Amino acid sequence: MITGRKIILVLITALVIVGCSSSSDDGPSSKTDDFNRGALLTNLVDNTIIPAFEDLQVKLLALKANKDVFIVAPNQINLEALRMSWIEAYKVWQSVEVFNIGKAEELQYSFQMNVYPTNVLDIENNISSGTYDLTNVNNNDAVGFPAVDYLLYGIGNDDMAILNKYLDIKYKNYLADVIDQMASLTQIVLDDWKTVYRTTFVNSIANTATSSLNKFVNDFIFYYEKGLRANKIGIPAGNFSTTPLPEKIEAFYNQDISKELALEALNAVQNLFNGKAYLSATIGESFKSYLNHLDRNDLVGLINTRFDDARQKIEALHDNFNIQINTDNTKMTQAFDALQLTVVSLKVDMLQAFNVSVDFVDADGD
Amino acid sequence: MKTYLNQTTSAAPLAVFRMCFGIMMCFSIIRFWYHGWIDTLYIQPKFHFSYYGFEWVNPIGSYTYLLFVVCGISAFLVALGLKYRIAIITFFLSFTYIELMDKTTYLNHYYFISIMSFLMIFLPANAYFSIDNIFRKKTCISIPKWTIDSVKLLLGIVYFYAGLAKLNSDWLFKAMPLKIWLPSKYDLPLIGENLMQQNWFHHAMSWSGMLYDLAIPFLLLYKKTRKLAFLLVIIFHVFTRVLFPIGMFPFIMIVSTLIFLDIGFHEKIIKFFKRIISYKTLKFSIIENTNYNYKLRKPIVVLLGLFFCIQLVFPFRYMFYDNELFWTEEGYRFSWRVMLMEKMGISSFKIVNGETGDFFYVNNSDFLTPFQEKQMSFQPDFILEYAHYLGDHFTAQGHENVQIYVESYVALNGRLSQPFIDKDVNLYQEKESFKQKGWILPFQDEIKGL
Repeated sequence: MITGRKIILVLITALVIVGCSSSSDDGPSSKTDDFNRGALLTNLVDNTIIPAFEDLQVKLLALKANKDVFIVAPNQINLEALRMSWIEAYKVWQSVEVFNIGKAEELQYSFQMNVYPTNVLDIENNISSGTYDLTNVNNNDAVGFPAVDYLLYGIGNDDMAILNKYLDIKYKNYLADVIDQMASLTQIVLDDWKTVYRTTFVNSIANTATSSLNKFVNDFIFYYEKGLRANKIGIPAGNFSTTPLPEKIEAFYNQDISKELALEALNAVQNLFNGKAYLSATIGESFKSYLNHLDRNDLVGLINTRFDDARQKIEALHDNFNIQINTDNTKMTQAFDALQLTVVSLKVDMLQAFNVSVDFVDADGD
Repeated sequence: MKTYLNQTTSAAPLAVFRMCFGIMMCFSIIRFWYHGWIDTLYIQPKFHFSYYGFEWVNPIGSYTYLLFVVCGISAFLVALGLKYRIAIITFFLSFTYIELMDKTTYLNHYYFISIMSFLMIFLPANAYFSIDNIFRKKTCISIPKWTIDSVKLLLGIVYFYAGLAKLNSDWLFKAMPLKIWLPSKYDLPLIGENLMQQNWFHHAMSWSGMLYDLAIPFLLLYKKTRKLAFLLVIIFHVFTRVLFPIGMFPFIMIVSTLIFLDIGFHEKIIKFFKRIISYKTLKFSIIENTNYNYKLRKPIVVLLGLFFCIQLVFPFRYMFYDNELFWTEEGYRFSWRVMLMEKMGISSFKIVNGETGDFFYVNNSDFLTPFQEKQMSFQPDFILEYAHYLGDHFTAQGHENVQIYVESYVALNGRLSQPFIDKDVNLYQEKESFKQKGWILPFQDEIKGL
């Protein structure tokens, strides 16, 4: 059993090495874990999350102000101004929806802000009854941007008819309540980020199912797959149903902005991936730099190429997705396919590279 | 051979093994229940993935809990050695039934428990220090040596084959998948941010893991290295427990390998137990037989011989398939391929009307739990079974000319994801069998080795 002894020797050596902490001088291949996950989260909060929420709140306060003017004097000029501020806010919203974490998650913020298609029947019932709890789950499809979309573009056949509706105090009240609610919810979420949650978020870097980093990785992928790929493109194009469902596009009553919103969302997602700050050229630690750290430059390149391909496919669409679906739906499904390829890269390759503990699998491994 | 079969040895090691095994199993069942896994893994899912040929084994609604009760109690009876033969048969059947209900939860160590309990049906594990002794008023202090050796052999196969499986280029030369897994443990105290990140450490762990698995059965058998080997067993399994979410398995293995230790050690354990329950003061009249006599020795020896032949050969069945084993997983399970791969996938199913060409995609979460979806996404037999389930579901819903296609991508051991299944094959037409699955696309790389 001389060989046996040798094997033991090897084993012991290996295991003794395990026991000691490292002071390796093992050449270029050795590295310490110098990737700063805290820096990734800090960059995320300080350069994207808080600036985006602040911008959204600016836009929502403008919306609110224009709404106040409109209610006093519901005329065409004030309606136009109100609509413009709604579009501006809706575009910024595309940079915020992904952050379903912290207070936003607790309040189910995105469900109170952007569930579409909106439910016309619920809205009209709320308006005629005059009593409603806008925070109630049953009203998720009667509030937020899609409800305002209907209230500003859909409640009459033309602007004349729409303006006539606002002679009724009940319509004025509902419009005011919905917009005020959006602004106050956003204020709560923003305040929470700026006061308490920022610190908690930035310091939670462990690899556990509930840590900020892991939750954010999951949220990011979930939003891309569901909020962007499925909701904006796939579902209306009929990828999940036997026939296309153009009535399910985002901003159905002001269809001309559907492409613009989708592109905003895609840009926001890609900027997040690359660590590019909101509305500025600053670049910080990100999924991209984390992957680079893990020697996965191949994957970084592929993901950005796929984002770019998807953007091209979306840019090739009509501004109005309803028109696109009804004239040439194959272009919509092509855009979906391009978005889907990025889902593969994010959900399979990036998750494998990070090897994050995911929250959904609760069982033993081998 | 004949003289070997006639050799006898102390019954103590097998009695200790019986008690440890029973207690561990009982505890495992309680733990499984405590975590709510009976509900999440067996009650909640609408659909269960079956093993080929065992489609008839399904969870039985809320009676599934009863099944776990039966399994837990029989494990406890095994530990006590009360109605041992009935208890171990009940345990084997109930535990195996549980494992056959849904292959999503397949783990090598569950398979190990199933076959170990099968083996134990034929061993005189209640011959000594069991409650059955009291009722029968007799005990045996020595049993055939081969009975204990058979337990050692099964444990040895588990380790050695796990070691053989590591003899491949990904494990040894790329340090995969440890290279992915270890750095992600950056939050471990002390070693997380330095040692776990080192390239040489990933390789050292891969190689020592392989050497450990191959050598440990022999180190445990050889008297001079035995104590050291057992120390290694403890270190190795505790270390894997710290690193990976592998539940009870490390402890089960540590306790099982006790059987390799000297007879004196086991007799001390039994003496210790006897003292606790003040065995002497309980006045039983137990006749001490020296030898255990098998009533059906010949058929049992033949049966177990056959059992071990199958165990030795079965893991090599993958050789009947051409493609890369890690990719197709044809012949992957039941072969002690433990923690060998980091594999993830995504599979989107397309329901097509064969006549009109109209199609739509399925939202997998409408039918599968997240865990099932994760497991389904990279295993061809899961994909096929799910495709048939979807086909039946949508046909029953009134869809016509249903065809099922899948767009599937899989990433293996840190390679970029590749298309996995031929997306032009209507899976609803394909049948499950042991034949090679032609619709799995070839692996675009090579992994050398066993």
